Amino acid sequence: MDFWRLLFRAPQARNGLIMLAFVVGAALAAPWLAPFSPMHVDPGARLLPPLTPAAESASTYFLGTDSVGRDVLSRLLYGARLSLTVGMLAVLLSTAFGTMVGALSGYFGGWIDDFSAWLIDVQLSFPFLLLALFLLGALGGGTAAVVLILALGTWVNYARIVRAQILSIKNQGYVEAARVTGAGAPRVLFVHVLPNTLSPICVVASFSMAQAILTEAGLSFLGVGLDPSTPSWGTMLNDGRDYLLNAWWIAAMPGLAIGFTVLGVTLLGEGLRDLLDASGPR
Amino acid sequence: MTNVPPLVSARGITVTYQRKSLQWVGPKRQPLQALRGVDLDIMNGEVLALVGESGSGKSTLARVLVRAIEASAGTVAFQGTDITHLDGEALRGIRRHFQVVFQDPFGSLNPRLSIGAAIAEPLIVHKIATGEALRKRVAECLAMVGLEPSLASLRPHEFSGGQRQRICIARAIACKPQLIVADEALSALDPSLRDRMIDLFQDLKDRFALTYLFISHDLGVVQRISDRVAVMYLGRVVEIGSTKEIYRHPRHPYTQALMAAVPVPDPVAERRRRYASLPGEPPSPANPPPGCPFHPRCARAIDRCRTAAPLLTEAAATHQVACHLPD
Amino acid sequence: MSAPLIDIQGLSISLRTRDGLKRVVSDVSFTVAPGEALGIVGESGSGKTLSMLSLLQLLPPGAVAHAHRALYDGRDLLGQSRLQMSGIRGREIAFVFQDSLTALNPVITIGRQITEVLRLHFSLSAADAQQRTAELLAKVGIPDPSLRMRQYPHEFSGGMRQRVCIAMALAGEPRILIADEPTTALDVTVQAEIVNLIQQLQRDSGLTVIWVTHDLALLARIADRVIVMYGGRVMEDAAARDLFEAPRHPYAAALLSSVRHDAAPRVPATLAAAQAVSAPAAAGCPFTPRCPEAHDRCRSSAPPLLNVADGTRVACWARDRAPPGSVAS
Repeated sequence: MDFWRLLFRAPQARNGLIMLAFVVGAALAAPWLAPFSPMHVDPGARLLPPLTPAAESASTYFLGTDSVGRDVLSRLLYGARLSLTVGMLAVLLSTAFGTMVGALSGYFGGWIDDFSAWLIDVQLSFPFLLLALFLLGALGGGTAAVVLILALGTWVNYARIVRAQILSIKNQGYVEAARVTGAGAPRVLFVHVLPNTLSPICVVASFSMAQAILTEAGLSFLGVGLDPSTPSWGTMLNDGRDYLLNAWWIAAMPGLAIGFTVLGVTLLGEGLRDLLDASGPR
Repeated sequence: MTNVPPLVSARGITVTYQRKSLQWVGPKRQPLQALRGVDLDIMNGEVLALVGESGSGKSTLARVLVRAIEASAGTVAFQGTDITHLDGEALRGIRRHFQVVFQDPFGSLNPRLSIGAAIAEPLIVHKIATGEALRKRVAECLAMVGLEPSLASLRPHEFSGGQRQRICIARAIACKPQLIVADEALSALDPSLRDRMIDLFQDLKDRFALTYLFISHDLGVVQRISDRVAVMYLGRVVEIGSTKEIYRHPRHPYTQALMAAVPVPDPVAERRRRYASLPGEPPSPANPPPGCPFHPRCARAIDRCRTAAPLLTEAAATHQVACHLPD
Repeated sequence: MSAPLIDIQGLSISLRTRDGLKRVVSDVSFTVAPGEALGIVGESGSGKTLSMLSLLQLLPPGAVAHAHRALYDGRDLLGQSRLQMSGIRGREIAFVFQDSLTALNPVITIGRQITEVLRLHFSLSAADAQQRTAELLAKVGIPDPSLRMRQYPHEFSGGMRQRVCIAMALAGEPRILIADEPTTALDVTVQAEIVNLIQQLQRDSGLTVIWVTHDLALLARIADRVIVMYGGRVMEDAAARDLFEAPRHPYAAALLSSVRHDAAPRVPATLAAAQAVSAPAAAGCPFTPRCPEAHDRCRSSAPPLLNVADGTRVACWARDRAPPGSVAS
């Protein structure tokens, strides 16, 4: 409980949390906030600048329309859902897998360690983009594929960090004390060792989420990510690429949204790090 | 020698560490002999102290006795049962009978667990109690070491060093063990706290009929608390006997040097003492001298000492020495 | 009576914390005569190390030290400029730390670490510096100095490393050696060796030594005078013989009795959670919570350090006028 209290007190973390909460809230409330359907195509309302009132309905295209007449604001709000979901799922997946590999190799060593070191080396020897393109080609795109690729790109970081942490924690007095008391390996690992590796994981996870959102946007921007018709910030960037000069808002709005979210997540991550370093274990 | 079987019996304990060579080719590194053929008995209800300096192997021996590390050779028996090769569930079952209090009160407690959870650990692991009974037992243990039971929800970092050590002791007694190994348990505490801790140890021993294996380099503490003392040097026991006997009449030259080196809080007496220094360096277990391990630094060494390692032989009732020329 | 080499009066040190400036050392006073061996004993948090560091302006950033007087050979230590201070550190006053492993640079040979000190304080040629280094190492009892000079700190045992640190401290030919728990991490036989070494050095060159430790018994062997510190204040300042025979301050008495492992009454246990000894009660005597003779005055104001007999000073409301107290009350 005192952890949350401290988090709110730190200005950086608090700001980051507020920004993130804002974005998540907007995404969750999309059905109520969005003035239009994000898929609604209206060829007569193409490339309208922001704050143009709509013809039929009473509302306004607050952020303008894109090349096929869809409301940018609505697409932005619904797009937030997809981008955030992809980001969070990717982080969850890579954290889980990476932590598991790192924990097992750090704690047990031996052939497990050798094998995962080999696995990590193989993974790292592939340039990420190449891997992404190959997998997307093979899996045919779609949300699940993108999440998988993002997870594949980052699990290695967790594995390394967790392994290093565990190597140092393994020799701590309380771990030996637990073993001498009679605790078995699973108990020692889950009750004593892993909780103490949480602090660097939390920090890397929050940074990774920022990275995941950006990467997804990048992949979509390149045209290899999500299905172009589904609204996500990345696909919106892709759409707006050809219109940067005459309809800048199509790309600028998602760009700003990404920037805002990433800033929020990064601030939160930095705040978390300061917090966990200072008041955490010892 | 009475016929009561010892609580713990160790025979021929040898611990050798193979050290990995630092290079592909070239000479292999010498293996490190932490313990060399040690025999030891711990009798029920006694306080046996293991005394020695760094490299003596006292901590290693204690760890072997509680199966925290594996001996390269030798056997350990607990209450007559050979526990040397026990594994899994059987080993866990035995573990509840001996617990350890470590030297570092700061590192011995998981910083993320409340102290109540830390003390509950042995109870949970050995399935002794759950729920309300568990809470009650934790509160009992805290009270027994002189801490308020309401403090159970706090984390270790909110306590001082002396209090943390008490928490470690509470954890050690939680599952009602028969043997407690105190591995330099007082060394990291401020001197003015040590007496209180010794009193606590005595108190717990009397109340629960505990047996202690007390490892320490502090001869003053050892004299106060122990019934028997075993002096170790370079992986062997060089002298063992009742505390009174050893302190009154140490026979092994190393024991004598050790006692002479300890400062006595009396400036007048100190000025009169001439500390004849122990030449050479404390030995490295990687390169033990042949014969008696102490001979390179011994003033009385004779030829025999260089070739044959002396065995523990009885010098008096309850007093054994491993020396060719004991006093 | 020759003028004291070190004369400290009213030394106070405050640390900058999250909650503001916190006073950790209050009103510390003592003198050290040339050639004397002063022992400072206290537990962790007593302020003994900080007090010594302040004399060499080695306090951590954010720490502030004041004193009415902080003189070394007539010079104000706290007022020296950085340049002047670097001329005092090592050259006039040298420091030996507790952990010899971290006190030495692990990637530089110990020979080079010592020659560095020599060439810093004296203008010596490289060859002369090497020569002098070998002499210093021999002086502190390291066998085969010219060979071991080329070795790295990790190739030495703990005791040998500490000798190297002492050699480094002596390189500048200081008049005063401050040793902060130099033997705490060492085996007792090695400790005896180091103690012998320092006493030998004192005899040979009239070196003045300030020995900081938490082990009172050790001071019986090496100290002429002893200062007992608690909670950032000096509790008693007496000749070693007088202190060990008849300590006046209740804390000094308790400490002595625990070192002697007496069965006599000791300080009663207090069981409150999380009490830090290093946080002195704002105005009162820091020992009040543990003192068997505490009364109201002790809580409200800290007793001054007063002369109670020839050469003995005590800071205690209860004991400042009593005749020499015995341990049992």
